[in-house]
Parts: sequence; C-alpha cells; structure tokens
Amino acid sequence: MVVISALLIQTFQMALVVALAPLLTGFIRLIKARLLRRRGPSVIQPYRDILRLLRKDVVLAENASWLFRVTPYLIFAVTWVAAAIIPTFATGLIFSWTADLIAIIALLGSARFFLALAGMDVGTSFGGIGSSREAMIATLAEPSMLLIIFTLALIAGSTQLSTIAAFMTSPQVGLRVSLAIALIALVMVAIAENARIPVDNPATHLELTMVHEAMVLEYSGRHLAMIELAASLKLLLYMTLIACMFVPWQLAVVGEGPVAYLVGIFAYLAKLAIGGALLALFETATAKMRVFRVPEFLGAALMLGLLATLLRFVSRSL
Amino acid sequence: MTSVSVLLSCVAALLGTAVLAVPIGRSAASTPVVYGASLVFCAVAFVFALAHLASALSVAEAPTIILPLGLPWLGSHFRIDALAAFFLMVVNLGGVLSALYALGYGRHEHAPRRVLPFFPAFLAGMNLVVLADDAFTFLISWEFMSLASWALVMAHHRDADNRKAGYVYIVMASFGTLALLLAFGLLAGSAGNYGFAAMRGSAHTPFVVGLALILLLLGAGSKAGLVPLHAWLPLAHPAAPSHVSALMSGVMTKVAVYGFIRVVFDLLGMPTWWSGIVVLIIGTGSAVLGILQALMESDMKRLLAYSTIENIGVIFVSLGLALAFKANDMELAAALALTAALFHVLNHSFFKSLLFFGAGAVLTATGERNMDKLGGLIHRMPVTSVVFLVGCVAISALPPFNGFVSEWLAFQAILQSPAVPQWGLKILVPAVGGMLALSAALAAACFVKTFGVAFLGRPRTSAAEQAVEVDRFSLTAMSVLATLCLLAGILPGIVIDGLAPVTLSLIGDRMPVQTDIPWLSIVPIVESRSSYNGLLVFLFTLFSASLTAYLIHRFASRELRRAPAWDCGFPETSPATQYTASSFAQPVRRVFGTLVFRAREQVDMPAPGDLRPARFAVETHDLIWEGLYLPIIGAVGFAAEKLNHLQFLTIRRYLSLVFLALVFLLLMLALWS
Repeated sequence: MVVISALLIQTFQMALVVALAPLLTGFIRLIKARLLRRRGPSVIQPYRDILRLLRKDVVLAENASWLFRVTPYLIFAVTWVAAAIIPTFATGLIFSWTADLIAIIALLGSARFFLALAGMDVGTSFGGIGSSREAMIATLAEPSMLLIIFTLALIAGSTQLSTIAAFMTSPQVGLRVSLAIALIALVMVAIAENARIPVDNPATHLELTMVHEAMVLEYSGRHLAMIELAASLKLLLYMTLIACMFVPWQLAVVGEGPVAYLVGIFAYLAKLAIGGALLALFETATAKMRVFRVPEFLGAALMLGLLATLLRFVSRSL
Repeated sequence: MTSVSVLLSCVAALLGTAVLAVPIGRSAASTPVVYGASLVFCAVAFVFALAHLASALSVAEAPTIILPLGLPWLGSHFRIDALAAFFLMVVNLGGVLSALYALGYGRHEHAPRRVLPFFPAFLAGMNLVVLADDAFTFLISWEFMSLASWALVMAHHRDADNRKAGYVYIVMASFGTLALLLAFGLLAGSAGNYGFAAMRGSAHTPFVVGLALILLLLGAGSKAGLVPLHAWLPLAHPAAPSHVSALMSGVMTKVAVYGFIRVVFDLLGMPTWWSGIVVLIIGTGSAVLGILQALMESDMKRLLAYSTIENIGVIFVSLGLALAFKANDMELAAALALTAALFHVLNHSFFKSLLFFGAGAVLTATGERNMDKLGGLIHRMPVTSVVFLVGCVAISALPPFNGFVSEWLAFQAILQSPAVPQWGLKILVPAVGGMLALSAALAAACFVKTFGVAFLGRPRTSAAEQAVEVDRFSLTAMSVLATLCLLAGILPGIVIDGLAPVTLSLIGDRMPVQTDIPWLSIVPIVESRSSYNGLLVFLFTLFSASLTAYLIHRFASRELRRAPAWDCGFPETSPATQYTASSFAQPVRRVFGTLVFRAREQVDMPAPGDLRPARFAVETHDLIWEGLYLPIIGAVGFAAEKLNHLQFLTIRRYLSLVFLALVFLLLMLALWS
C-alpha cells in the first residue's frame, strides 16, 4: 500500500513537471509583456505552439544523421528523468536515491552534450557557432554549479536532494553567509544554463549573439516541439531546485496525508509564480551581454561558489 | 600451479612470440600468428588475474616465486597480491583487445617487421613490471617496457616527427628510470635490501620518505605523463601504430600509476599529510592543463594523448586525497578515494583504448589524423561512429557511462575532506574540487569537438567522402570496449566490490559491500548521504525516450521530408564554411588560452574596396616547453659546444690530460683518507 501510494506520487510528479513547464514559460512571457506595457500572448500559448509543432511535418536537412533525429527525444527524456527526481511538492520520492544532486547536474550535462552535437550535425556555420559557445558557457557553469553543490552538501551533510530539503526545513540550518553566497551563485548559473537574458536571449532568431537558438536552428516539427518542451522543463527544473533547497517551506513529507500534499502543491505553484515573476522582472530590467562578457559573469559565479565552499571548509558555523 | 607461475608462463610465451616474430616477419601469415598468439596468452593471463582478484579476500598469503635470475644474492622475486592482480587484469584486458583489433588493423601496416616482434615484448614487459617483487627486477622490467614501446614509437621512423618523438621519449624514459633507481636505492638503504618485502618491513626516516616520494613523482610521473614531465607523451603516443597508441595511453600509463601506488601506499609505510598536498597540486595541474591542450589540438591522436594527461591528473587527484586521508587515519574516506582512483584507472583503460582504436579506424578509412580534413563520417562508418560516440560520452564523465561513476566517487571523497585537520588541505581541497569539475566540463567540450568535427557535418575532403567501414576484427574490439564502458557505468557496484581487496590490503579498510544493496545502487557511506544508480538512470532515460517517441509517432505526426539545410536562409554550399576544430575551440581559447598559452589573435581586415584577402592568425605558446625544457636543452647544448673542442686535440695533449686526471684522482684519494 505504501509502495503504491509512493509510486502514485512519483508518477503524479512526473506528469506534473511536464504539464507545468510550458505554463511557466507562458507565464514569464506574459509578465514580461505586461512589464513592457504590451498585452502579450495568452498564458497557454506555449501549449498551443507545442501542439501545433507536433502535428507538423519534420523538414530534415539532407545530410542530417540519425543522431540529429534521436537527440530531441533523448534530451527531453534526460531532462524529464532529472526533473522527476527533484522534490516539487513532497520530499521522500520513491526514486530519489536513484541520482543525487551531482548526478542530476551531470544528467543535464549529458543533454547539453547531445544538443551541442546535434548543432554540429548538419554542418552549418550557425550550428557550429551555437555549439562552440554553449561549450564555453558550460565549461564555466558546471564547475560553479558543482561548488554550489559542495556548499549545500557540506551544510546538510548529504548530496541527496530529499535529505538536503529536509535539513533546510529543520531549525538547525539558521542564517548562514555561505548559503546566501551560494544562492546568488546558483541564480547566476541558472540564468546561464537556461539561456536567459543577460547571457542569451530566448526570444531571438538570427542574431549573431544567440547561442541556444543557433544550435537548434535546423530543427522543425515534432523535433522542435521536443526541444522547446525540454527547454521549458529545464527552466522549471532549475526553479524547483532553487525552491526546494532555499525555500523548502510546506514541502509535504511521506505519509502526511492528502491535505499536506494539497498544501504542498499550492505552495509549489506559488513559489513558481513568484520565481517566474522575479525572472521576468530581472530580464526586463537588464540588457543582453556581449558573448565574451559571459565568462566574466560566470567567472563571478565560480568565485562566489568557491568562496562559499571555502567558508564551509574552514568553519562549521558560517 | 599458482597464479603467479601461470602468469610468468604467459610472459615467457609472449617473449617467445616476440622472438619467433623476427624470423617469420617476412611471411604474410606473420601478422595473424603474432597477434593471435598475443591474444591467447593475454586472455589466459587476464582470466587468472581476474580469478586471483576475485578470490583475493579468502587467500591469506600472496603467492610468490623466486627465480635464480637478477641480483646474485637476491634472485628475481615475483608475487601477485590484490593490487598486482588488479593491474594485471587491466594490462591483459588491454592486451587482448589490442591484439584483437590488430588482427584487422595490422594488415594495413606497411612495415610489419618493425612492429610484430615488439608488440608481444611490450606486453610481456608491462606484465613483468606488475609481477616484480624486488627493485632490481622491477627496474629491469620497467626499462624493458620502455625500450619495447620506444621501438614501437620508432616503427614509422622515416617520418621526421616520429624520429623526434622517439628521441624525446627515450631521453625522458631514461630520466624516469634514473629517478626510480635513486628512489629504490634510498629505500633499500645502506644494507642493500632490494626485495620489496624487506623495504615494506623496514621503517624509513621522514627525510627518506619525502625524497623517495619526490623521486617517484619524477620517475613514475614522467611515464604516466604528469605535468610538467608530460612533454614526450603527446609526441610519442600518437607516433606509434594505433593499437600500440591505445596500449601506451590506456595501459602503460596505468603501469606507471601502479608503480606509484606500489611504492607510496605499500612500501613507504604511513604517508605524511603534505605528500597529499604535493600529489593533489600536481594532479590538478595535469588535469586542467592536459585537457586545455587537448582542446586546442586538431590532430585526433594527439588530442587523445593530451586527454590522457588529463585523466592521469584525475587519477592522481584521487590518489592525493587517499594519501591525505590515510595520513590522518581516516580509513573509510581513504578507501573511498583510492577506489575512485582505481575505478578511473579501469575506466580510462577502457575508453582511451576505444578512442585510439576509433582514431585508428578513421586513419585506415581516410588516411587522415587531422580532424579539419574529416567530417560526415557518421554516414560512412556507422558502427565506428556509434562506438566512438560511446567513448566520447564516457570520457566526458557523463551518466550513465563509466567515466561519471569514478568522477562521482572522487567528488564524494572530496566531500569527506572538511574533517581533515590540516589548514593547508582544507583550503586546497575545495579548489581542487572546482578544478576537477572544470576539467570534466572541458573534457565534454573537447569531445563534442572531436566527434562533432570528425564524424558529423559534411565531409571536408574527398578522402572523408570516400571512407568505408573498417574490418570486423577492429569493430569487434571496439564494440567490446564500448559495452564494457556501459556495463561499468550501469553496474558500478560490481567493480567497487572487486576493488575491495586492494583497498583492504593498502589502506586497511574498504567501501561498504555494494552488490547487496537493492536495485544495484552504489552507496559510498550511507544512503541518506549520497547514492547513485546508473542502471535505473539508464533504464528510465531509455524508457521515457522510447515512450515519448512512440506516443508522438502514434498520435501526432510521423511525416518527414528531406530538404536542403535552412541555415537561417543563407545556406553556404562549401563544406569549408563549417566550424573546424580550431574555430570550435576559439571561445574556450579566448577565455582560458590568453592566460595559459599566452594566445594572441591578429585580425588583418582590409578596408572596403581593398582587394587583398583578410587574414587571421593565432599565436600560442607552450609555456612549459618554452620555460622549462628549452632552457635545459639550451644548457646541454651550450655545455656540449664548450666540451666539443676536446675532441680535436693532439695525442700529446690527450696524454697530458690523462696524466693530469690521474694526478687529480690520486690527490683526491690522498686527501680523502
């Protein structure tokens, strides 16, 4: 019985993240439009886009290989698996021990690896420019992310997300300098990883500074739908990650009953809404950086991560 | 018959094959005979090494054999303990697959008589190094291994680059052996106890331990390719035929790691904490510098050789952590770090051999090592491209393949280190962790570049356009390695349990038994701290990808139409407009290379209306070669120049020189006593 309910919750969580991801993207777009005093498209526009793309033919470049066709599904699946392990509204997911935080980040690294390869598959210069810049961003974002993980793991004594979330809700955690620094660094990394302003522009096409959009330029139809969905899912994943580690309030614990789960779901939706609104506000207020300013931005994240880890190494209370 | 005698018989059989290869070298049958025999003998040795490792927990005494060779008062000692069994397994698995690959690849060899005798000899030498149980036998085998591999590097000696590579290699190898000789001399002490058993038993002063560690880092480190002693490696490894490159990079560097572990963890006794710091710094430097140089490279085999330096660095980082933990009596953490190191030894021998085999296959199919002249091979070499892709993903430390598991274990070991009392280590280790992650991310970039430029895109030359798939033997060898990469990634618990006897004998502790854990997860300490399940990650990904693909094809659309590439509306027809290896690396070069390689870009853009072509030039410097090696080479050259005129003296002057030397020596003797 316990196993069945745990499995149900895990399945529900998997469905929830996929169902919510386009909504979050639509919500952010709407807020951005309103901030610019435009009416903007409806919140559910991303769903319509994905459905329309799914029904369209795929137009495949003549020399595209099997790798190019497999990659969209692979990226989506990997992101989905990673997102399914992160506690959204309840901790103690049945498969949470499958991968810890390091493995989740590495899974996203696998997705990026294949997307960068797909960018080079057709042999166009735009694909190459996207892949090579994505590789550069990754070389700085991944070590920063790992140092942030080190900080959290040393505070909570675990790299297991459920344990970290449980520890963060407990009164032992307190206010720590290292946590504040890690949060800033994590937000910077999340912005870079999700190709948001100021690192990349998600709304652009045919711009020499684009990165993510340049890699996926040759995709169309259902393949493009998968890529778009995976990108939305990744944004949701990072927001969930920040929420479950830094604002883990009202996360339901195993066996607390349906009311706690319901409260957990509403709290999760509220967190996403606040996170999305903040992101929209930030994106509206900042300008896109030149590509070669990105290393400075991410270098700052790396240094902050290192500082936070060092604080944890030299002192137990900071 | 004990396992040590079986292994020695295999070595003797390999040496016999080497001798036999000399007279039959001219006949056409020599290639299959020599490689077939090597395959069989290595397979037997592999099976016995594996069996010994599997039963190592229950066997109390390591089997020893003493042959009446070597030093007259000592004889030649051979012994297999858990550590030796593990490395023998790595060596012979590499040998089996390399011989299998060479059954196909070796047929394209235009000078088989320069390769065939040395291939089994090289394998025998590596086996002997691991089997040796006294310093004399160890050094002789070490030198034998170096010379056999040198002969293989010089197989294509008509190429001037290869001659230079062979020269640099032999100089560095001699230097390394000299350092090892001195290290063993120190450990043997004035009594001359050259047996490993005597060295293990005697207590060494801290000064001797420190000096021996430095000498070992010079000796074993130069063979393994640690920065700054790596200069020969990117020259020599690619110069050999590809199956030998795979052995040199995938296996011989591991023999050097074995030498380091054998002396530092086994013979030296309790380490001091600063030895951990030294090894950590050198390992980190090798990891980052190695992979950055690999990223700048467009020659496929040289890129792989540079990436070997990175992986050796990763191994030494874990070894350094193990030393630091062991010095502080944190046995469980030390066992974790040592397991991470040994796991990476195994992993690297898998994927580096695989990648070198793949590079060899590309070389056979196109005659090109330069990636900027390849492209689009995924259409023409379907099997090679799949297995090469597996190697690329595995070496980039991405789940669910094996490279990730050892990297993950290393990170878990790093997370144990705040408990270390020394401040130097406390401040160093987080930086090391960051650098390890940086090198993993750079490795991913490097292998996206390798696969993307060589196998994807459009062919850049007609050679790449006319490539065909290689022979069955090569494909089988590569497929076996790719399967091993996946298996070690999704069933890591079995490997970790297999390594338990090694850590038990060297550290005195082991990681918890992994194969009992439900669902085959791996749990380094306890599950609430960290766990990883490669199998489930693999199955979940596979399942959700297939489910999604099925649902979409069933309910949405399955139409597909081929059309010219869109490329934002301005498709370029020439394949030269694609990203090349160096253009792919350009962003990374601008971020890191400005500092590390003093890279400078010069753009010469003519004004509008001017008809001369625009030019772009990049200037990079290998600062270690220029700052360390060139001054030494200069000093040696200067001294040789000064001493040169002594060669052109008259007989009278020579006689007076001899006389003066005699007087000088007699004076010294008189003054000394």
